[in-house]
Amino acid sequence: MTALGPASARSSGSGLTSRTVANTVVLIAALYTLLPGLWLLLAATKNSDALFGSDIFSFGDFSLGHNLTELFSMEEGVYGRWYVNSLLYAVVGALAGALISVAAGYAFDKYDFPHKEKLFGLVLTGVMVPPTVLALPLYLVASGIGLVNTFWAVFVPVLFNPFGVYLARLLSSGYVPTEVLEASRVDGAGELQTYFRVSLRMLGPGFVTVFLFQLTAIWNNFFLPMVMLSDEKLYPLSLGLYTWNSSATVSPEYYPLVVIGSLLAVVPLIVAFVTLQRYWKSGLTAGSVK
Amino acid sequence: MSTALSEHQRTGPKAPTARPARPRRAGRRQQGLACAVLLAPFTALLVAVFLVPVGYAIYLSFFGQDHEGLGFGGGTTVFTGLRSYLAVLGDPSFRSGFGVIALYCLIFVPAVVVGALALALLLDSGLIRLRRTAQMMLYLPHAVPGLIAAVIWLYLYTPGLSPVIDLLADMDVHIDFLGLNTVLPSIVNIALWSGLGYNMVIFYAALQALPREVIEAARIDGAGGIRTALLVKVPIIRGSVVMVCMFALIGALQLFTEPTLMHQATPMVNSRYTPNMYIYDAAFRRNNYGLASAASVILLLVTCALSYAVTRWAGRRERSAR
Repeated sequence: MTALGPASARSSGSGLTSRTVANTVVLIAALYTLLPGLWLLLAATKNSDALFGSDIFSFGDFSLGHNLTELFSMEEGVYGRWYVNSLLYAVVGALAGALISVAAGYAFDKYDFPHKEKLFGLVLTGVMVPPTVLALPLYLVASGIGLVNTFWAVFVPVLFNPFGVYLARLLSSGYVPTEVLEASRVDGAGELQTYFRVSLRMLGPGFVTVFLFQLTAIWNNFFLPMVMLSDEKLYPLSLGLYTWNSSATVSPEYYPLVVIGSLLAVVPLIVAFVTLQRYWKSGLTAGSVK
Repeated sequence: MSTALSEHQRTGPKAPTARPARPRRAGRRQQGLACAVLLAPFTALLVAVFLVPVGYAIYLSFFGQDHEGLGFGGGTTVFTGLRSYLAVLGDPSFRSGFGVIALYCLIFVPAVVVGALALALLLDSGLIRLRRTAQMMLYLPHAVPGLIAAVIWLYLYTPGLSPVIDLLADMDVHIDFLGLNTVLPSIVNIALWSGLGYNMVIFYAALQALPREVIEAARIDGAGGIRTALLVKVPIIRGSVVMVCMFALIGALQLFTEPTLMHQATPMVNSRYTPNMYIYDAAFRRNNYGLASAASVILLLVTCALSYAVTRWAGRRERSAR
């Protein structure tokens, strides 16, 4: 993006002061966004006593190791279980969801069928309806068919990603030229074969974008699991940490666990974000041009 | 819409009319079949986790478990008409939830739009060193899940835990972040922290797409950096501004995670503080599904009406501008 950088503003008058002011403002904003994260990092190294009271920047009582052991042994290691659950919900869910969304978006772009635009209108309505509004209706249906408090009650609804379909249709018209399909048809390849061997490969970056957006959304998911699940063993991290936080209001020894548990829960998304930065950006820009 | 779907599945194989140039029947049939296969999983989800639940919630909002008075145990499902809706709309705690949302929007939307726009314009001005790093730092909170962002800030608001409160106390400033008048701004701050960088990236991307000639022309005409930003750049990217506002409003209506966590820490946030908390409370603390369904349907309608109104309005602005 920086390659496209704007023309130098050095020519515009009062150079040095405006430069200083501008950089200071951005620096303050960056401190605002970073310092809470830094606090979390430091607080994770403190034990319960040090967390309350003593200076946060003193490294006198460094008990990161102790906190980690506590974290994974508390309540028979239920935290590890939550972590695995979150990974399952988010990674498997985002993979399956992205496959479904990209296939649908591609079909919307490359084929014609009756009521196509009406159906797509429904997809766009889905984009506008936030998932939280659907949580209670979903619970009512799930309880009707006896799926409440199961893995599927959280896993299946998050596969539905209308924004992914919208994005995939946009990307498919940009990345997959119709001539390629024609060529493949002339070669006698089947339609689905063409999709999986040729088109999906060309849609690769788009697929990653959809996957990442969905991964974040599922990792963030809180209302739906809270509504659906009562068995602690099925909880994702967000819901587990929430219950520990409510325990902490009664027994403060939970505070360090919530802190270090939160820190570890943030890691996968930060890693995904930093390593796959350009895909996030392409999704954001595609979303904003509409 | 499910009728349209089944019709599509029925007529699917011969449906495509895309290539009149090559009317080979076998090819068309194969295309229709492939299209149906590719669309089937998504349409199944659309029906199962979107249309059916919404329909069922609407149905339930008109029916109720009637076990008042006689107490025949399980109770029978009876048609109650608009009774649940009247009960929801007549409930001051539901209405006050929308009041909270309105107040929240009043603080949050201007703060996030002005803040993100200002940062994007600064990054676009060419005055900033380490532009990429700055952008990444500002964006990072968006990678922090909502509940964890709320936990971090709740602890930073909690006396004893928070270094911020200690620091302020050293300067003889005493603020209760979870007090009657401060708890809502405290919640807004969490949302602002999470959303600032995200929206900044949207604005920045829009600014980068501006034709450089326009900016140069403004500069040659003698407009300074700030005037160019406010009078030339901002009007051109107002589509993005409207979009950010719209998503901020729709997001605000869904407010749940932050106040639910705050509810554990302060009596200033009650269990029906926002519409979504009201729904949760009605369904799981009061076990009144009719009431919860009616509240869900109302929230859904308000959300749709709002997004429809904003898109319409934005569309008209776009057209009249041309």
